[in-house]
Amino acid sequence: MTKKNPLSLQLKFDPEDFLPATNEEKESLVVMRESVGFWRDGARRLRKNKVAMACLFVIIIIMIFAFIVPSFYPYSYSEQIQGANNMKPFEFSAEEQARIAAGEKLFPHIFGTDKMGRDYAIRVMMGSRISLLVGMVAAVIILVIGSVYGSIAAFAGGWVDLIMMRIVDIIYTIPDILLIVLLSFALKSPLKTLASIKGFHWLSVMGENLVSIFVVFALLYWVGMARMVRSQILQLKESEYVTAARALGASGGRIIRKHLLTNCIGTLIVITTLQIPSSIFTESFLSFLGLGVAVPMPSLGSLASEAINGINTFPHLLFIPSIVISLIILSFNLLGDGLRDAFDPKLKN
Amino acid sequence: MSQATTDNKYLVDIEHERLSFFTPVGEVKALNDVSFKMKEGEVLGIVGESGSGKSVTAYSLMGLTAYPGRLIGGTLEFNGHHINDMTEAEFRAIRGNEISIIFQDPMTSLNPVYTVGNQIEEVIRLHTDKNKEEARARAIELLTLVGINEPEKRLKQYPHELSGGMRQRVMIAIALACEPKLLIADEPTTALDVTIQAQILELMMELREKLGMAIIMITHDLGIVASMCEKIAVMYAGRIVEYGTTDDIFYNPKHEYTKGLIKSIPRLDAKDHERLVPIEGTPVDMLNPPAGCPFAPRCDNCMKICLREMPPVTYFGDVHYTQCWLNQKAEAEAAAKAGKEAADE
Amino acid sequence: MSDYLLEVEHLQKHFPIKGGGFGKNKKVVQALDDLTFGIKKGETLGMVGESGCGKTTAGRTILRLHEPTDGKIIYDGDVLFDKEKKIAVNMLPYRKKMQIVFQDPYASLDPRMTVGDIVGEPIDIHKLCSSKQERYDKIIGLLEKVGLNSEHANRYPHEFSGGQRQRVGIARALAVDPEFIVCDEPISALDVSIQAQVINMFEDLQDQMGLTYLFIAHDLSVVKHISDRIVVMYLGRMVELADSYELTMHSMHPYTRSLVSAIPIADPVTARKSKRIILEGDVPSPIDPPSGCRFRTRCPYADERCAAEVPEFKEVTSGHYVACHHLDRVK
Repeated sequence: MTKKNPLSLQLKFDPEDFLPATNEEKESLVVMRESVGFWRDGARRLRKNKVAMACLFVIIIIMIFAFIVPSFYPYSYSEQIQGANNMKPFEFSAEEQARIAAGEKLFPHIFGTDKMGRDYAIRVMMGSRISLLVGMVAAVIILVIGSVYGSIAAFAGGWVDLIMMRIVDIIYTIPDILLIVLLSFALKSPLKTLASIKGFHWLSVMGENLVSIFVVFALLYWVGMARMVRSQILQLKESEYVTAARALGASGGRIIRKHLLTNCIGTLIVITTLQIPSSIFTESFLSFLGLGVAVPMPSLGSLASEAINGINTFPHLLFIPSIVISLIILSFNLLGDGLRDAFDPKLKN
Repeated sequence: MSQATTDNKYLVDIEHERLSFFTPVGEVKALNDVSFKMKEGEVLGIVGESGSGKSVTAYSLMGLTAYPGRLIGGTLEFNGHHINDMTEAEFRAIRGNEISIIFQDPMTSLNPVYTVGNQIEEVIRLHTDKNKEEARARAIELLTLVGINEPEKRLKQYPHELSGGMRQRVMIAIALACEPKLLIADEPTTALDVTIQAQILELMMELREKLGMAIIMITHDLGIVASMCEKIAVMYAGRIVEYGTTDDIFYNPKHEYTKGLIKSIPRLDAKDHERLVPIEGTPVDMLNPPAGCPFAPRCDNCMKICLREMPPVTYFGDVHYTQCWLNQKAEAEAAAKAGKEAADE
Repeated sequence: MSDYLLEVEHLQKHFPIKGGGFGKNKKVVQALDDLTFGIKKGETLGMVGESGCGKTTAGRTILRLHEPTDGKIIYDGDVLFDKEKKIAVNMLPYRKKMQIVFQDPYASLDPRMTVGDIVGEPIDIHKLCSSKQERYDKIIGLLEKVGLNSEHANRYPHEFSGGQRQRVGIARALAVDPEFIVCDEPISALDVSIQAQVINMFEDLQDQMGLTYLFIAHDLSVVKHISDRIVVMYLGRMVELADSYELTMHSMHPYTRSLVSAIPIADPVTARKSKRIILEGDVPSPIDPPSGCRFRTRCPYADERCAAEVPEFKEVTSGHYVACHHLDRVK
């Protein structure tokens, strides 16, 4: 027997080694991993995703420029500087050069000016602000309507679900751009009268078109979200922990609050994040067609649209807003992908 | 290994296989120094709990190690092929031909958009030069072999039209299409009902007698290996902790884990209610395995050395071996006693 | 009042098929038909059968997690449901007495809740504790009862092994101090080495708390080990009910006999000697079950009578009930 175990003979054993181990010694071997909650675990995974982190950084930079910088920027988006039409970047008008010569310090027009003589840099920033606002407000509208509608349909089930989902199907078939055009015409006069009432003045600043874009988002674009939420809730409703909660005597409200919604949150975050760029895209597209924000308020789409006439002489006027749109959309999409991988790995594929 | 022979009479010869999964949270050592040999026509049972590495061992033999797993050591030989340095193309040539596999869930392993006939004929035509008619004839022959009635009709059906037991039969037919030397059965009956399980096990034993292939039976059910297998490998945390003939394992278990497993299952023929003797504790966390014997934290007779060092192999006879310090201790004591007696004389 | 804690009479549950036709010819899954039995206080009644035999449906219908289609449920003398008399009581007070432990310890725990909150949920629902400290102490007490400790309370289910999660599921069921627990395949998803731990725990808890179990499983040897009596189900109907030793050793129904013989025995010598009764074919669909005796399509003894008449579930010897026309021939 020993012949087969050359190893065991070579080893010299300490008799101590063969003493029984104590329970404490045994337990010390079993180390439980550090506890990680859902959010921390997701955040950790997100931090590891370099692309998503870079996109988050880009989005934050753009947001700083869109929301904070304009408030102390020396020019305003609507201020027309006389004699400063269509200047190249870092150029000054004759009047401004005279002032500089007089010893005054002037902030350069980083992106030049447009044909009305407005500082282009501030207009791009304001345009980004509008685009981002449109994207985020639209995403929130869609999130609220879609998730409420979807969860009601899923939770009620039966005929209610059937009818609600057929309505969704019908809405899917409505051509959205056509509806926006129609709505902006239809809403023009009622909105104008509304804007003349005290307290509703902001409507005219925003422009009827923008309002109608929001109305269309509220009317049409939530359907995708509603479908997603419904299918998610339908799935969760069948899960055993929901049955377990019912067996414990939990009420319907408690189940929705404590089990269904909390388990949906990952998905909701992801879909909402991915909704932002698509709303921005729609807004830019509509503004480009002249259906967007009211002048003199710029949006990235309307800036591009205005620049299209002078594309041969002043190409930078078109390129700058286009690049910003692309950056925003790309960053949000990639960040959404990153969030999905981090918080909702099931949704992949 | 001292009793290793150099000639290639073994169908499967795995030595010191090490395989790890490189996950984002760290390296998971799925297989640690796994060695076993199989003769042609032998039935080997691999038992162990989930995550013990029983499937990984068998899959690595077919070159089917899932990402991010990687073979990092040892030599694997199958039927004269050196698995270690085979390319994907070479693997494809032997898969389904010399070595086949049947999975736990026959629904997911059959393609739902093709008929049963398509799927069987595809395998036949892939590995032989049979034409369409010959392949069809062979498919019918195979379905008859696995006990499916009206094979012509079944060939035209889609997987979802068949019951679970029937699907598993089709899977077996596909696996046997080229009369492989080795059939890997990965929990082939876990998803099936008890009466259907009995049918499938019976079928596998019949086919083995007819075709003479070797079988690796991967299961967690000791009952299945007791009635089917000649040799059994008990795996725990990526190691074969005990290996032997079926009788060795059941009637003369040497490793504490094997002993615990056998004691912990309720017996149907027990007249009086006997309390079960469970193995206490929880399975190993494969990301943070203990330094010494992986079973040490759950072992009732754990010793100090078990916590520190992995036990070496102890042999009992030619086949039966185990990795447990208790056996080393017994041997050391016996040797000491013999030495003392010799000194006394 | 009888000596039964729970009684069901002719309990039936049919599920309509989704997407099936409208109106009259709507198809149903006859998941459970004519279930009639009683469970005595402190007893464990085992329920075995293959997939689709209605055992899980039975457990959930008894707790009225599925509303019964027909029949009667009596718990401790209170009628919980009676189709004929149109009684369907509010279950909330009974949820404190009747609990359930699920099969899949992965799916039955909310992944977003900590173990402490999962175990605390029944305490919150039934407002069992007046202060936070009391709630915390109770949760820790429950966790310790099932072999976990206070360290585990702030962790999430995915950090635990299958056996530990099942312990959490049991602690949750115990939080309301129940009298009766439906154990719905509580060990089938666990590793062999862990199964015995959980079985022993069920037995210990029964001794300590005087619990009554309906123990559902497909593994006859496990059910036999833990149960006092066993009922065998096939395709939604009861085929045999007897004392557990009697049922496994002297089974009468051809289905039970094949079930007993089909279990792989973990003993090579016995396994080599034993002859298996291998049933032909598969379990038919419960959407369109065979007429008469539902087992007849796979039964070696079946004849015309089996197709025409539903066999009566009758007491053959004391306490041993069987539903079969051909008991003499089977013997």
